[in-house]
Amino acid sequence: MTCCTVNVPKQPIEADTSRFRKYETFLHAGHENPDHTIRYVISVPGIHCGVCIAAIENGLEHKHGIVSARVNLTLKRLNLQIDDTADLTDILSTVEDLGFDVYPIDMGDLAELETERQSTQLLKAMAVAGFASMNIMLLSVSVWSGAENSTKDLFHIISAIIAVPVVIYSGQAFYRSAFGALKAGRLNMDVPISLAVLLALGMSIFETMSGGAEAYFDAATMLLFFLLIGRYLDQKMREKARNSVIALSNLAAKGANLVMPDGGLSYIPADEIEPDMLLRLRPGDRVPADGVITSGTTEFDRSLVTGESDPLEGKIGQSIEAGALNLTGVIDLKVRKSSDESFLAEIGRMLEAAEQGRGHYTRIADRMARIYAPAVHLLALITFMFWLWTTNGDWHTSLTIAIAVLIITCPCALGLAVPVAHVVAASRLMKEGILMRDGGALERLAEIRSAAFDKTGTLTTGTPSVTEMASMNDEQISILSSLAQGSNHPAARAVAAHLSNCKTKPLDVLNEVPGYGIEGVWKTRRVRLGRASWAAEIAGKISSDKISGLVFAIEGQQPAYIQLSEKIRKGSRDAIAQLSSLNIPSEILSGDASQKVADVAHNIGVEKYSAEQLPNDKFNYMNQREKDGNHTLMVGDGINDAPALAAAHVSMAPATAADVGRHAADFIFTRSSLSAVPFAFQMARRTQTVIKQNFGLALTYNMIAVPLAFAGYVTPLFAAIAMSASSILVVANAMRLQSGVKKPISTGKKTKQSQSYQGERVPV
Amino acid sequence: MNLLIFLIPIALFLGFLGLAAFLWSLKTGQFDDPEGAAQRILQNDD
Repeated sequence: MTCCTVNVPKQPIEADTSRFRKYETFLHAGHENPDHTIRYVISVPGIHCGVCIAAIENGLEHKHGIVSARVNLTLKRLNLQIDDTADLTDILSTVEDLGFDVYPIDMGDLAELETERQSTQLLKAMAVAGFASMNIMLLSVSVWSGAENSTKDLFHIISAIIAVPVVIYSGQAFYRSAFGALKAGRLNMDVPISLAVLLALGMSIFETMSGGAEAYFDAATMLLFFLLIGRYLDQKMREKARNSVIALSNLAAKGANLVMPDGGLSYIPADEIEPDMLLRLRPGDRVPADGVITSGTTEFDRSLVTGESDPLEGKIGQSIEAGALNLTGVIDLKVRKSSDESFLAEIGRMLEAAEQGRGHYTRIADRMARIYAPAVHLLALITFMFWLWTTNGDWHTSLTIAIAVLIITCPCALGLAVPVAHVVAASRLMKEGILMRDGGALERLAEIRSAAFDKTGTLTTGTPSVTEMASMNDEQISILSSLAQGSNHPAARAVAAHLSNCKTKPLDVLNEVPGYGIEGVWKTRRVRLGRASWAAEIAGKISSDKISGLVFAIEGQQPAYIQLSEKIRKGSRDAIAQLSSLNIPSEILSGDASQKVADVAHNIGVEKYSAEQLPNDKFNYMNQREKDGNHTLMVGDGINDAPALAAAHVSMAPATAADVGRHAADFIFTRSSLSAVPFAFQMARRTQTVIKQNFGLALTYNMIAVPLAFAGYVTPLFAAIAMSASSILVVANAMRLQSGVKKPISTGKKTKQSQSYQGERVPV
Repeated sequence: MNLLIFLIPIALFLGFLGLAAFLWSLKTGQFDDPEGAAQRILQNDD
């Protein structure tokens, strides 16, 4: 690569201004403490080991005005506290000079603080329940091994003193959820859990007061301890996924340059943009809001907005949607008046409609609870009636036995069966670079019957590459290489990448002509790379069947034709084949032109495809699928895919997707290969199998334990052993998910190919 | 049997001490970055 560097003066300046713009977004992310120091939370994705911690912390040690700078390796963040004498720009550039990219995290994000508070609360409850259950167990074991009379009563009283506050404190999460469900007229797993814990406590207190033989204090606290472990792991998993998503969405500085009335520029963050503002966009900027071009010409890459892979020409008066990428020229954009009519507002409305539709999904644990909870409650009632009848009205014995039935059927194993399986699966997926939003997504993924893919940016990488180039001599090639490196246009970049191993010639003038191409001067002769008709103006004619491609011309010489094509994403063909071997047919839903979609479909082996789909078409299609009960996985990356991603039964997006698409998706895969899709699907199916096995184990346990409880043979000792044994069994079963999964099909050979730009391609 | 008068409070006190220590360490942020803590112990701070 080093041999090809051309002296293009604008690039370092570009880099510097973009760095400056990025730092400006930090100013809005600070959080002022009461003692007038300012706290910043900075995402530094590059931190990965102890050496990085030392490098950053030592690098910032002697900076002026830093109160504290501490790296968090787990979350890959830097917590920075500075006073008003500090220079934030200097601090950030120091970190960047050490080789770490920095991105701001907005401290105003209260939702994040809320989930963090919840998981800390659960951890505290778990610690308290663990402490209580162990100490009570110590006393209970003494009772079981033969403590009698006053000693036994004393032990029961001490157990009660520990258990009562602990059950009240630690069980709050369950009581609240159970109460909420009952209020809404539903039943969930927390209803039988809360009932069993509270009844066990109540009965044990009564037994203690009346000097009875059996108390279930240990069962009540142990149940809470086990269930809180499951609850905490579940919460922690969601938090981890959320943090990763937040880190991704901060990968780009968001904002725009406002043109002031006096002609100067001022940087403002994206959320302060208002209608009628005049914004200046340079090449490489994303359009921050819908608007109309008022000056300048350029080309736009709309692949994230509409799925079209060909750039769109932008002239004065042309309107353009937010999310498009400005490729070649500097333009002024007037933000459109009514934000209700904007493209993003329309997408937003569809997303809202999709969110409402999605509330209907009931998770598997809740579906189980709807059958399980009434069944055990009915069983306890029957037990009570039966014993009342056989003992001729001894309600104390009858009630004791009925409560024992409720305690033994408390879905401890069921409560652990699902979250533990989900947590193990999520950590396995994360190892393969797949982030999961919540456990429900895994359940939905296991139910799909077909898959739909977006084309641009999902099945293809979204960047073109060179497939065919007319033969040229060394001198011509080195001129072409220099010329191509002078532009940020994807086509020019593709040519530069294709020729990255060759020599370059310094060119005298380098001038980008927006909408046409790039022009330079070499030894008094003009050279051009760009649109066929434009480049051919300075050279000989080209044959008429090649007018659509890219042409390189030297004044007075025969022009050279260059064929470009979209590059297929690594592993696409394998992923489609793997899905179809699992009986999941695939199809393509694309906003791009029909011919291009057909070419890609043919290339990767997909038979069904539809082209020129508007966001609304995709959205309606997914809604219809869902209505028909034909559960579909949607994989897409663009803004235009977002409503379909939200409407689909379950959805996946690559990490490179537009923000709105990423937020709508259930899974995000951070590695470039599409093999993540079949891998996640297989993992989901395996998880579903394990969950079903766990339910089976829990049911078997009940079938053995319930008749004993019904017959009145259950003692606190038996309950303790049975409950811990069944919990350990389901956890051990879930652990199997960690290993023995088929790795995604290795595409080692293809990886090598695509690195040298020889990957699979289809003509543009 | 009278030993129990001492032993049980001692056992409970020790257990409670453990719980209090855990809650304290949680509150002071010692569980915020478990991976970082594992790496920091290997650093030379001189």
